[in-house]
Amino acid sequence: MLNFIQGLGHSGLTFFQRLGRAHILLGHIMAGLPSMLLRWPLIIQQLYYVGVLSVLIILVSGFFVGMVLGLQGYNILVDFGAEETLGVMVSLSLVRELGPVVAALLFAGRAGSALTAEIGLMKATEQLSAMEMMAIDPIRRVLTPRFLAGFISMPLLAAIFSAVGIIGGDFVGVGLLGVDEGAYWSQMQASVDLYDDILNGVIKSIVFGVVVTWIAVFEGYDAIPTSEGVSRATTRTVVHSSLAILGLDFILTAIMF
Amino acid sequence: MTDTSTTTPLVEIRNLSFARGDRMIFDGIDMDIERGKVTAIMGPSGTGKTTLLRLIGGQIKPLTGSIKVDGIEVTKLSRSALFQLRKRMGMLFQNGALLTDMNVFDNIAFPIREHTQLSEKMIRTLVTMKLQVVGLRGARNLMPSELSGGMARRVAMARAIALDPMMIMYDEPFTGQDPISLGVLVRLIRELNDTLGLTSIVVSHDIKEASSISDTIYLLSGGKVVAHGSSKALHESGSEWAKQFMNGLPDGPVPFHYPAIDYAEDLLAAGNK
Amino acid sequence: MNTRKTEILVGLFIAAGLVALFMLAMKVSNLNIYSTDAGYEITANFENVSGLKVKSPVTMSGVRIGRVSDISFDGERFEAVVKIRIESQYNTLPKDTSASIYTAGLLGEKYIGLEAGGDEENLQDKDKLKLTQSSLVLEKLISRFVDSFIDKDKK
Repeated sequence: MLNFIQGLGHSGLTFFQRLGRAHILLGHIMAGLPSMLLRWPLIIQQLYYVGVLSVLIILVSGFFVGMVLGLQGYNILVDFGAEETLGVMVSLSLVRELGPVVAALLFAGRAGSALTAEIGLMKATEQLSAMEMMAIDPIRRVLTPRFLAGFISMPLLAAIFSAVGIIGGDFVGVGLLGVDEGAYWSQMQASVDLYDDILNGVIKSIVFGVVVTWIAVFEGYDAIPTSEGVSRATTRTVVHSSLAILGLDFILTAIMF
Repeated sequence: MTDTSTTTPLVEIRNLSFARGDRMIFDGIDMDIERGKVTAIMGPSGTGKTTLLRLIGGQIKPLTGSIKVDGIEVTKLSRSALFQLRKRMGMLFQNGALLTDMNVFDNIAFPIREHTQLSEKMIRTLVTMKLQVVGLRGARNLMPSELSGGMARRVAMARAIALDPMMIMYDEPFTGQDPISLGVLVRLIRELNDTLGLTSIVVSHDIKEASSISDTIYLLSGGKVVAHGSSKALHESGSEWAKQFMNGLPDGPVPFHYPAIDYAEDLLAAGNK
Repeated sequence: MNTRKTEILVGLFIAAGLVALFMLAMKVSNLNIYSTDAGYEITANFENVSGLKVKSPVTMSGVRIGRVSDISFDGERFEAVVKIRIESQYNTLPKDTSASIYTAGLLGEKYIGLEAGGDEENLQDKDKLKLTQSSLVLEKLISRFVDSFIDKDKK
């Protein structure tokens, strides 16, 4: 029993230590932001790795999610004779929820894990130490541009996901199932609000982008510098950021809608 | 380094202690690294030789004691002052620690680009000169993954001297090298030191190579300096430590056995179970 | 990695993201309805507007011609004041147009239906509709229905 309580205390302490380190790191990363804004080449390079390389998976998944929504939505709505509102259902599901959330989950798996692995390996191969010995702050030079790139990419990826999804829903609903095209788009336009739905979706995706990249760079930077440590950190990035996305999604939804 | 006080050592370590957890790694070490010389720091594995380099570079703080580099107390420096000092130090990590996402040229240009506003043309000239020194001018467009271990270390050496430092620290430069690249590295360390007027610190446990290039050797064991002097003096000294280490004897002051209870007792204890 | 190629791809990525955002704003949401067309605003007082919301549709002959832009309460006359924004292309509505609150389907959303009168003059900005009919409250309807039964029984 005592052992159990001790174990609980131990993991609690480790948790808070890690949380504290993560916040200190975030502060350090933020401190480097102003000077980093003047070094666009570095950010562009990271935007390529973090953003551009995630586009394909976002496009494909967005289209399929939209098609599934179109199919499922049609089957449900047709029972009520309300298949004209298919566009509303597809667009609201995507813009409010699935766009930001699924795009963030994919982003965590695709870009987050890559970030952690890259930074963890740089630590394991002493590249970060070497930078420090060259009087270059590795947090500002390595972590800040990656963080910024994640912050910029995530809302764009989520928007691409939603847009492609709505087109996918149109493809199935209008193209294959015969919903009226005018109804699909006009009902959608009548019900989706720019601020309440789209802007809030964008805010969600910005929050997710910050959280996922933060977790990813922290796990990489805090990884035990061995191959095992890096692989564990990579797993942790995916698990923790997925949990954080879903938990935060609930909180944000409760606040916004 | 340009001042006239060339008589004072470049690195002065006094009464340095450092512990990792409960384990004392250094226990009151004194050490002087002379200017313009190659100093080897040797000792069995696990004696914290690499830790010593990190302490000199200010990456970790000691428990007690002082470390002065060129008259500046490293242990009490602010972060920015420490960075200023580090621009004058070069360090070669065990496996080179080249940045894997850039090619050889950009790796060497990296510290120059970060710390100066030189034009690309100037940088190209500088990098070419550094590459010529280590004999890898032809490899400038290769990626680190395409280099052999010895070549990677030579690139890292070129990077370490990119900003023309006053001193350069080598962390185990000889481990895992074939005889040819070993010879190249040994020659390079000595040549760089003499032609560029550097001060070199070589951490190693390869007796033959280290003693062939060093002017002074410090032997570390059990957290203390057990012997120091020129390699010749150490070979001839009567110290048990020096004798065991320089001749590579399996048993001596550094025991073959890890501390344990009496062998016979241990066996009996197993029999009684 | 070729810098030029990277930069072009990143440029394409950012452009694609912005186009997607633009599409969401213009084609998916109702932005084009209330920003491109200021229209004109009229007010109407109702006894009861329960269920009506800001941005509820305003229709005439079943065609949406505007939206509810504001709902407030007049503390002196104890009435609800509803502001209605009508798209500028529908500027020939007669002055004696009447407004009623209807329900789309039995339990659906509330909307305002306008019916044209016969006046020669047209409605202008800031005009007030005089003839209004309130929202149908289901509970009131049921109680009236039940009361009429009780009354019949008494007779």
